[in-house]
Amino acid sequence: MFSLSGKTALVTGASGGIGAAIARQLHAQGATIVLSGTREAALQELADSLGERAHIAVANLADPAEADGLVAKAEAAAGAPLDILVNNAGLTRDTLAIRMKDSDWSQVLTVDLESPFRLARAALKGMLRRRAGRIISIASVVGTTGNAGQANYAAAKAGIVGMSKSLAQEAGPRGVTVNVVAPGFIETPMTDVLPDAVREKLVGSIPLGRMGNTGDVASAVVYLASEEAAWVTGTTLHVNGGMAMV
Amino acid sequence: MSDIADKVKKIVVEHLGVDESKVTPDASFIDDLGADSLDTVELVMAFEEAFSVEIPEDAAEKIATVKDAIDYIEKQKAA
Repeated sequence: MFSLSGKTALVTGASGGIGAAIARQLHAQGATIVLSGTREAALQELADSLGERAHIAVANLADPAEADGLVAKAEAAAGAPLDILVNNAGLTRDTLAIRMKDSDWSQVLTVDLESPFRLARAALKGMLRRRAGRIISIASVVGTTGNAGQANYAAAKAGIVGMSKSLAQEAGPRGVTVNVVAPGFIETPMTDVLPDAVREKLVGSIPLGRMGNTGDVASAVVYLASEEAAWVTGTTLHVNGGMAMV
Repeated sequence: MSDIADKVKKIVVEHLGVDESKVTPDASFIDDLGADSLDTVELVMAFEEAFSVEIPEDAAEKIATVKDAIDYIEKQKAA
């Protein structure tokens, strides 16, 4: 089950905690992986640790031209057409709306919503022609629930869901599926620095009684990327320990 | 047959996987050649790429037959 042998996958934001875990699990299922991000050394280190079937393609997704060109760059690096696109790269510029600068809004929308569209558009051209493909975007529980201080991020993540449903309808007749994974609170270097009291309160709101780990998210991506998920499209798989049952 | 007509025909055969003999000037992409709406969009994009022309949405909507495509591209190329 869930073999990805012979498939080629591009993972953006692969130098981050969740992105690296996704890349590792897709690779472990047999896929050839192209790791993308802005930090070349970190990507190369991850590629070296994966060994064979791992390539890198550096790109800054804040730059529209680099986002547009990344699929072709990844296919050149892997020497194969792309079967699986994982839109994982994202950034946050958290602040209350009344203090939010235009640049806080536009940077988040550009990287977290516009660049996934650019990548999906480029990937779909080939996938539609080959009548196969998987597009999986990483959103967030806050795209559904909202979160004070994250108007920009929540808007982008909710946007990912609407975009994916639309693409799923366009690409469905060609057997290409488009889905979303929406993580809740995941243990990363970012959440490591939270004070204990805040952590306890957070965990208290999660029925499964713990924070998620990056592997929890990656497993969901593997499922949606697999042949076994062939009849699942336009959906959002919430991976949040039951914190928000939506 | 002009070079453009030849090339258009080739693209249609390749994209729709139909027999060359069916790709007559009057053949409708949807009614005669089995294309769906996605196919027609892909065809238009293939024409744009092959002939280095831009086919705007309102013009693309009017391209229903093989001849429509050839005429439109010939007109763009002549202009």
